[in-house]
Amino acid sequence: MSALFILLGCSIFIAASFLVAFIWSVSNGQYDDDYTPSIRILFDDNAPIDLIEKNIPNKNISNKKPITNAN
Amino acid sequence: MKTKRNCYHCGDICTEIISSEEKFFCCNGCKQVFLLLSENNLCNYYQLDTTPSIKARGKFVGDRFAYLDDESVIAKLSLFNSDKLINIRFSLPQIHCSSCIFLLEKLHQIEPGIIQSRVNFQQKDIFISFNPTIISLRKVVELLSFIGYEPAIMLQDSIQNSVKKVNRRQVIQIGVAGFCFSNIMMLSFPEYFSGGNLEQVALQKTFSWMILALSLPVLFYSASTIFSSAFKGLRQKDLNIDVPIALAIIITFLRSYYEIIMGIGPGYLDSGTGIIFFILIGRWFQNKTFDALSFDRQYQSYFPLGVTIQKNGIEKSIPITKLAINDIIVVRNNDMIPADAMLISGKASIDYSFVNGENATQEKFPGELIYAGGKQRGALITLKALKSSSQSYITELWNNAIFDKNKVTADSFIHPWSRYFTATLLTIASLASIYWLWADSSKVLPVLTSVLIVACPCSLLLSSTFTFGNMLRIIGRNKLFLKNASVIESLANINHIVFDKTGTITGQETAVINYVGIELTPHENSLIKSTTANSSHLMSQSLNQFMVDESGMLTSNFVEYNEQQGKGIHAKTPDMEIILGNRSFANADNLNEDVKNSEVHVKINDRYKGYFELKHPYREGIEEMIAAVNKKFTLHVLSGDNNAEKAKLQQLFENNTNIIFSVSPQQKLDYVKILQQNGGRVLMIGDGLNDAGALMQANVGIAVSENKANFSPACDGIIDGSAVKDLASIINYAQWGKRIVSFGFVLSILYNFIGISYAVQGKLAPVVAAILMPISSISIVLVALLGSTMIAKKVDLI
Repeated sequence: MSALFILLGCSIFIAASFLVAFIWSVSNGQYDDDYTPSIRILFDDNAPIDLIEKNIPNKNISNKKPITNAN
Repeated sequence: MKTKRNCYHCGDICTEIISSEEKFFCCNGCKQVFLLLSENNLCNYYQLDTTPSIKARGKFVGDRFAYLDDESVIAKLSLFNSDKLINIRFSLPQIHCSSCIFLLEKLHQIEPGIIQSRVNFQQKDIFISFNPTIISLRKVVELLSFIGYEPAIMLQDSIQNSVKKVNRRQVIQIGVAGFCFSNIMMLSFPEYFSGGNLEQVALQKTFSWMILALSLPVLFYSASTIFSSAFKGLRQKDLNIDVPIALAIIITFLRSYYEIIMGIGPGYLDSGTGIIFFILIGRWFQNKTFDALSFDRQYQSYFPLGVTIQKNGIEKSIPITKLAINDIIVVRNNDMIPADAMLISGKASIDYSFVNGENATQEKFPGELIYAGGKQRGALITLKALKSSSQSYITELWNNAIFDKNKVTADSFIHPWSRYFTATLLTIASLASIYWLWADSSKVLPVLTSVLIVACPCSLLLSSTFTFGNMLRIIGRNKLFLKNASVIESLANINHIVFDKTGTITGQETAVINYVGIELTPHENSLIKSTTANSSHLMSQSLNQFMVDESGMLTSNFVEYNEQQGKGIHAKTPDMEIILGNRSFANADNLNEDVKNSEVHVKINDRYKGYFELKHPYREGIEEMIAAVNKKFTLHVLSGDNNAEKAKLQQLFENNTNIIFSVSPQQKLDYVKILQQNGGRVLMIGDGLNDAGALMQANVGIAVSENKANFSPACDGIIDGSAVKDLASIINYAQWGKRIVSFGFVLSILYNFIGISYAVQGKLAPVVAAILMPISSISIVLVALLGSTMIAKKVDLI
């Protein structure tokens, strides 16, 4: 039966480490927004069809000359 | 006629068609945004959702956001500010779909100065880091506005972060309680199954001490909010529901600690921690808030943040707080008058409809005083500031004492319950102790404590928190957003409803127009359209929108154009003469019909043609709604407008309704106050600044808003214009809520009855408590959730 003492300690220790992880993730703000990340993951980096057609490598997009807005 | 096309960008029907790359747009603004997006390879925006976009507002007059160049404004708005990096968070109420997220998070592809942008969909805000040496804050805001997401900038926005931290703490408290509760439960099982006689004493002791250790964080960390609320209640000599709960928790823990330390038994810590866990979940469930909405707005957020002033002939934009007396203010079309001022030049036609509920614009001439808060409809005007905006006439209403204090929410009806409950409980406990004092004095203390433990009113609390929490969600889905759950109770108790007219009963869209008379030729139609185009009177503008130019003969070539305020327009083109105006202006006295409201009579080339009848459209479904509430409540209509629509309104409401016109904001407030002094519990529904005082004074104040992003005065709830028709069902639902909670109470008292009957006999074993507690909690939560959902179906809210 003395094995139980060790097992008890292990189980509490494992559960407690999950609790610590939970507390850390909450205070880190990971639960502040539970909706946006689920959408964000579905976005492609750039419109793929355009890229294939124009054969532009991904990197160059952001180097493009910006066009001015408004005025 | 051409087939109607929808704008590729915003989905509106195109009135004039502008095309580009085989796509059609309703306006140049939308086309510009499309071109911007397509040049930056962001056309995925259009694929993600069918019509995601917000109508582009077009180009701005250059200096609308010029105040954002001011260093002090930048410092106030930004979260982090250095030479190379500025972090800032904007609230963007327009965010509504996945395409919005896509576009807003790709801002760095449009403007290289933007390092990163992150959207929080539920808070409807965006976090932007940018490099101020490449792009200024003003340019960032202009870009956002250009693509249709104009930030709602408020200089006193810094409160937001503290609110978030409190919520995190609540989640951690629940997590800790849940962890400890489940582990204590697990460690208690051997005890239950062995019937209290574990063979190995050492093992039993270890279990007990581990339980004790695990219960400490629950008692001192998780339950701290319950204790502090109970303590606050006691200090205000108010026996709120947290008091008996705190008492039960303390007794449960003390007795359990005593048993464990003395080695008598395992204690009731599993039930004790469970109670705390369930109560915390209930609170969290009830505290659903609509973060993106602001219920406590002051007049400051109604005013623009920047004003344009003229100094030495140069136009300059300054923050409104720096506006000084005698500054020359420049106000353009649709801009707001920022302070009480004197008109210097230009023709002012000021629309005060949001401020005082009047529908017509007021014409002002140079030298006249113009009060702050109105909007200029027409060309540019210049004004001289006479007062700073915080001392202007419009802000006087806010100096009323009612805006200084927080609204005292009515006592929840669970309060009296909890008082009776506590009183009954203490009676039973003392009766039982007296009995045991006589029968077996060694059992007095155990019986007394176990009565208090098992009779914890936590199920009473769970019943109300879960019912109201769920109702808040369902009502929110019907586009009425309530500030908190206690508003539901206040809503269930009202007996008077006070309506505002403009913007509440009537929508703010264009008027419904009927033409009565001789048929007009296309040419004449065009003539009316061109004549009205030159007038800023609201009736002219409605008419101008209504008329269709089929002949293509619009003209601006008037040889004579004469508009008389409040009467009409007399205009001449080289070949025609037109008179538009009221009955006497158009010499239409020969008609022997009753005088109706808002008519525009037409006379062309000295021949009377007929008249247009302008009716402000009442909201769809409003008649049914009013008929439904008329039976149950006393109705009142307070309008800042003149009594032109009296007959119509009387038709809409029944005779017992008090309809009062030309009411000032202060009179509205006083009216509500008098109703309350005569025992009325008032629901006030209004939209404008003129209702702000009354909304605050009323037991429940609901602000109507066409667009949640717009300003709405301080209130208990914000209702979408399209949902006003559902008000009757929502009030009905709120009243049902009370019944559901009461049913839950009865059920929980039944459980308590069973528990107490064990306890008074001195037979409350920990295992009985541990079974009874979760069963009662869970079944009551189920009743609350299912009940409130079923009733919502019954009253057609889902």
